[in-house]
Amino acid sequence: MVTALPPMIRFQNVFKRYDNGREALVNLTFDVARGEMVFLTGHSGAGKSTLLKLLALIERPTRGSVIMNGENLATITRSKIPAYRRQLGIVFQDHKLLADRTVFDNVALPLVVANTAPRDIAKRVRAALDQVGLLRYEQARPMELSCGEQQRVGLARAVVTKPVLLIADEPTGNLDPDLSLEVMNIFRRFQEVGVTVLVASHNLQLIDQFRVRRIHLEGGRLMDEATDTHQVLFDPARFLGAESLAPTESL
Amino acid sequence: MNTWLSRHLQTLLGTLGRLAQQPLASSLTILVMGIALAFPACLSVLVKNAQSVSESWDRALDISVYLKTSVDSAEADKLVTKLKQRTDIKSIRLIKADEALKEFRQYSGFGEALSALTDNPLPNTLVITPSEQASSPSALSAIGESLRQLNEVDVVQLDTGWVDRYLAMLDTVRRIVVLLGALLGLGVVVIVGNTIRLDIQGRRDEIEVTKLVGGSDAFVRRSFLYSGFWYGLGGGLLAWVVVSISVALLGGPVHKIAGLYGSQFSLVGLGFGGGLSLLSTGAALGWIGSFMAATRHLRAIEPN
Repeated sequence: MVTALPPMIRFQNVFKRYDNGREALVNLTFDVARGEMVFLTGHSGAGKSTLLKLLALIERPTRGSVIMNGENLATITRSKIPAYRRQLGIVFQDHKLLADRTVFDNVALPLVVANTAPRDIAKRVRAALDQVGLLRYEQARPMELSCGEQQRVGLARAVVTKPVLLIADEPTGNLDPDLSLEVMNIFRRFQEVGVTVLVASHNLQLIDQFRVRRIHLEGGRLMDEATDTHQVLFDPARFLGAESLAPTESL
Repeated sequence: MNTWLSRHLQTLLGTLGRLAQQPLASSLTILVMGIALAFPACLSVLVKNAQSVSESWDRALDISVYLKTSVDSAEADKLVTKLKQRTDIKSIRLIKADEALKEFRQYSGFGEALSALTDNPLPNTLVITPSEQASSPSALSAIGESLRQLNEVDVVQLDTGWVDRYLAMLDTVRRIVVLLGALLGLGVVVIVGNTIRLDIQGRRDEIEVTKLVGGSDAFVRRSFLYSGFWYGLGGGLLAWVVVSISVALLGGPVHKIAGLYGSQFSLVGLGFGGGLSLLSTGAALGWIGSFMAATRHLRAIEPN
C-alpha cells in the first residue's frame, strides 16, 4: 500500500503585503511535487524573493497558507523555526559564506548547529564538497576561491544536511554564463537524486537550456504556470560529466 | 550527551581563541573589569585586617581605678589582695602615689614646680586587666560598676567608648564596602554587556547565517555567554593579582608600624578561598552581563 504523499510545497491563496504597503504577492496558489525541480521566474521585484522568504520563514504571509511537506507553516512558532529550517537547504545570490572560517567550517555550520557528532560532520562535509567538486579546497578561506567556487561552497553548505527541499535565490546572479551553467547543473543533479529544487532566476537564457517547469511571477501575481512547452533538443546537464565540475584555478 | 559536552568544550575554547585574536580589545575589557573588582576586594581586605586589629585591642583593654587620696598605700595593698580573689580579674598592678609622683616629676619637666608641693596630689592607682572571659564590653562595664561601689574607689575609668565607636565605624565601612561592591559589580555587568553588544553587532553576518541554517537562539547565544565568562574570569584573576600585590607591598611597612607599637600584627591577604570567590564572582558577573546583552540583542537580529 502506498499512501499518497502531500506535495512538497503548496501555496494556497497567499498574499503578502509589506508594512510599507507594497503588495509583494497577490493570491498565489500552486503546488510543487516531491522531487520536482521548478524555476521561479520574473523581473526583479516580481515577488520571487518574497516567495522564497515565506518558505524559509524569514517572512510570514499576510493571508493564505504555505504548506511544506504537509506542515502548515503558520503552526510553526518562533522557537520551532530553527528545527524547521534544518529541513531546508538555502542558497543565496551572495552565497553568505563566513570569510573568517575555512571552507570546511562553512560547510559544517548546518551540522554543527544541529548538534551532529564531530565524526559524522567530517564525513558529511567531505561528501558534500566532493559533490560540488571542491574537496581539495576544504582548508581554504572563501576569499581565496573564485566566484563560481564560492557559490559551489554555498551549495555544499545547503545540501550537507541532506535536505528534502533546496531553495535558491538567483544563485547564478553574479556568475558568467559558463559558471552559471555549471552551478545550475549541480542543482539538476541533486534533483535527480530526489531532492525537490526551487530556483529563482531571471536569467532566461540560462534556464531555457533546461526542461523544467517554470512558475512565472509578475507584480506578485502568478502569470503562466506551464511545463516547458518548447522542446529542448538536448539537456546540457547530460553532457557535462564530473570533469567539467572540477574547480577552476583559484584567483 | 558526549556530543553535547564536547560541543560546549569546543565553544568554550573557541571563544577563548576568539578573544585571543583581539588581544587589545579583550585585555582592555579585562583590565577595566579587574580594576572594578579589585577596588571592593582591596577594601574588604582592609576591613578584615581592621577587624583583626580590634579583636586584639579588646583583650588588651585595661581598667584604671583611681583610689581616694585618703586611702594610704597599706590600705591600697589590702584592696589589691582582696580584688585578686575575683575570677573576672586577671591581674592588678598597683601604682603607688609616691611612685606616680616620682615618675611624673621625672618625665613631665615640671620637676622644680612640683617640689613646691607639700602634699602629694596624686592618688594610688590600680590598673586592672580583666580575665579573658570578662573582656566583652558588657562584662567590662559590669566590673566597672562593681568597682565603683567600693568605698576606697574615687573614679573608675573604663574607656570602652572608643572601642564601641571604632567598631561602629568599622561596621559602617563594611557596609560601604558592600554597597560599593554591589555598585561596581553592577558596573562589571554593564561593561561586559556593552562589550558583548558590540561583539554581537560586529558578528551580525555570522549570526544571520547561523540562524538561516537552523541555529537556535540558544546556540547563537552560547558563544557570547562563554565570552562573558572568560572576560569575568580574566577580570577576577586580574583583581586577585592586584590585591595580592597591594598586600605584599603594604605588608612590610605595616608590620614595621605595628612593631613600633609593640604589636605582632601583620597584614592578612585574600587567602586562597577569598581568591577563588573573587574569581567565581567575576565569572558569574561576566556570565550574567553577557546573558542579558545576548538575550536582548540577539532577538533583534533576524535574517532578511
